[in-house]
Amino acid sequence: MKPIDHAEASSHFIAAADHLEFHDRRLWDLRLKRDREAQGIPEWEELRNLASAIKEHTLSHLADYLEEFEARAKDNGATVHWARDAAEHNQIVHDVLSARGAKTLVKSKSMLTEECDMRPFLEARGISVIETDLGERIQQLDDEPPSHIVVPAVHKLRGDVSKVFARTIGAEPGNEDVHYLAETMRGSTRPYFLHADAGMTGANFAVAETGTFVVCTNEGNADLSANVPKLHIASIGIEKIIPRLEHLAVFIRLLSRSALGSPITQYTSHFRAPRPGAELHIVLVDNGRSARLGMADFWYSLKCIRCGACMNTCPVYRRSGGLSYGATYSGPIGIIIDPTFDIRKYGNLPFASTLNGSCTNVCPVKIDIHDQIYKWRQIMAERNQLPLVKKEALRIIGKVMSEPRLYRAAISAAGLAIEHLPRFAVYNWLNPWGRQREVPEAPGRTFRSWYIENRSRS
Amino acid sequence: MSRGAILAAVRANQPAALPAPAEIPQFAPPAGALLAQFTDTLTRMGGKLAPAREDGGLDALVGALFPDANVVCSATPEVRGTWTLASVAEPVELADVDLGVARAAFGVAETGSVFLSETELRVNALAYLAQHLLVLLDPAEILGNLHQAYRDEGFRTARYAALVTGPSATADIEGVLIHGAQGVRSLTVALVPRPGRGAT
Repeated sequence: MKPIDHAEASSHFIAAADHLEFHDRRLWDLRLKRDREAQGIPEWEELRNLASAIKEHTLSHLADYLEEFEARAKDNGATVHWARDAAEHNQIVHDVLSARGAKTLVKSKSMLTEECDMRPFLEARGISVIETDLGERIQQLDDEPPSHIVVPAVHKLRGDVSKVFARTIGAEPGNEDVHYLAETMRGSTRPYFLHADAGMTGANFAVAETGTFVVCTNEGNADLSANVPKLHIASIGIEKIIPRLEHLAVFIRLLSRSALGSPITQYTSHFRAPRPGAELHIVLVDNGRSARLGMADFWYSLKCIRCGACMNTCPVYRRSGGLSYGATYSGPIGIIIDPTFDIRKYGNLPFASTLNGSCTNVCPVKIDIHDQIYKWRQIMAERNQLPLVKKEALRIIGKVMSEPRLYRAAISAAGLAIEHLPRFAVYNWLNPWGRQREVPEAPGRTFRSWYIENRSRS
Repeated sequence: MSRGAILAAVRANQPAALPAPAEIPQFAPPAGALLAQFTDTLTRMGGKLAPAREDGGLDALVGALFPDANVVCSATPEVRGTWTLASVAEPVELADVDLGVARAAFGVAETGSVFLSETELRVNALAYLAQHLLVLLDPAEILGNLHQAYRDEGFRTARYAALVTGPSATADIEGVLIHGAQGVRSLTVALVPRPGRGAT
């Protein structure tokens, strides 16, 4: 498969100036709201340390905690399935549905089912799948994947949504009122909630000691999906386990504050056992997670609670849009997870970063995201996956930087060059950096020459 | 068997044992300010606090707050409503409810949340299929933060339990806040002492 070219894909996103401007501003606003919430809690940093330690402890004892969770869930009356990969996950879900004659499935947002590409699998087998999160539904109706793990349609403006809804669910063409659009979606989804054969959710956390799993939404759509139909299927990645209820408090305090800058999601829902007369099926999914657990530098990414804070703060993500990553997970967390799924296809993604470290600073579970990005770059370089231009440039830079005399000569030459070279020599295909940017004006002299003249005499 | 294969792979790959934090601190907020904090956060999350009632009678309060509600379905005997949950066999029968009423087991000051499980709701979907939700909360039953909340036995015994904080909401289109995305359009919390618990 051809590697994803993030820079090329993002050039389309960048070309739509009003979309780009809104996207950048909206996500930065989420970052600012996150800051206000975090600063409102004196123990914020202590909570981050606790969350990180709980996750690292759990992942280092994951097999035992998975067994504990399974045992409790079975005691509670749930049926527990295990899926090694996406194909097995989709098959299990299909088997559970078809054995009960289920034809319609209402579901809440789940990155795991996106990762497994479950919807087309079920739909090809005659099962209608209705996404019920507003953003996810917009993306489903537009036949696009989510561009953000928390706000799936954040790259769209109201005019885009209006067009999609007019085309698909009978909204009035040209009506771009956001309240109207949301109400239209509510009206079109409600019959599905009332009459679907089955409901599906993901999980944000799964508590080993009680066999409970927890789903956080603002729309209450997971609660509708799970509490109206007689069958509830929950797909849960094996890294979602935490040991005890007292640990859950730490994560719930961090999650929505980090994601949206609100103290908690409108609904934090705990599913422990099926309702009387209803069925609860839990699918525990590996799909590459156990292999990632064995990667010395990269297992820390399994601590992720999918809040999206690293995406909101990332200047590259905000200005390139989630779809340009060509993967289920985008932004800083995406570019360290995606290569574990397919190192060739996602080999360029670790370069979609400025390595500013902001992602690491906002991460509620203290994943060393920017260090992992750097480590992935080294791996890609060793695997010979760098484009020729970048490789040759880095070889020369490496040589120049290692020898002070060469470096000084190069710097003074570069200053002259930028001043005097014609534009085509600076802004050409060898310099992708210059495609969207102007080289800053070079100062008249180097710091070194100034220093020698002014300070070295004293 | 995938179960065995997954567990074996996890066991083989999991990093060397790292310790769990000894104990999770409680970070308890000052007890005197709980009601004010609860009110503040609930309001910030889009919920409303019902004004204190002058006269007795919750049914009068319901009538005053929701004059347009034709179908009122209550999970607490404190409010009569127009329709009894006892006759509901399937959740879908609640589709036409204008107002659902329930008494929360407790509230959480930090987040402005109320705890509702199947014990309080009787039919879980009541809190989601109704157009509006009224929750009774004893002001003496407001806990400080989520650390205190998760010590409640309800999380261990209920099949389904939710911390409900404000109405159903979304900001998925251009960040514009909408109440009533999929579930209830409004959430109102009325501070009413639990019957028989020393209301003076």
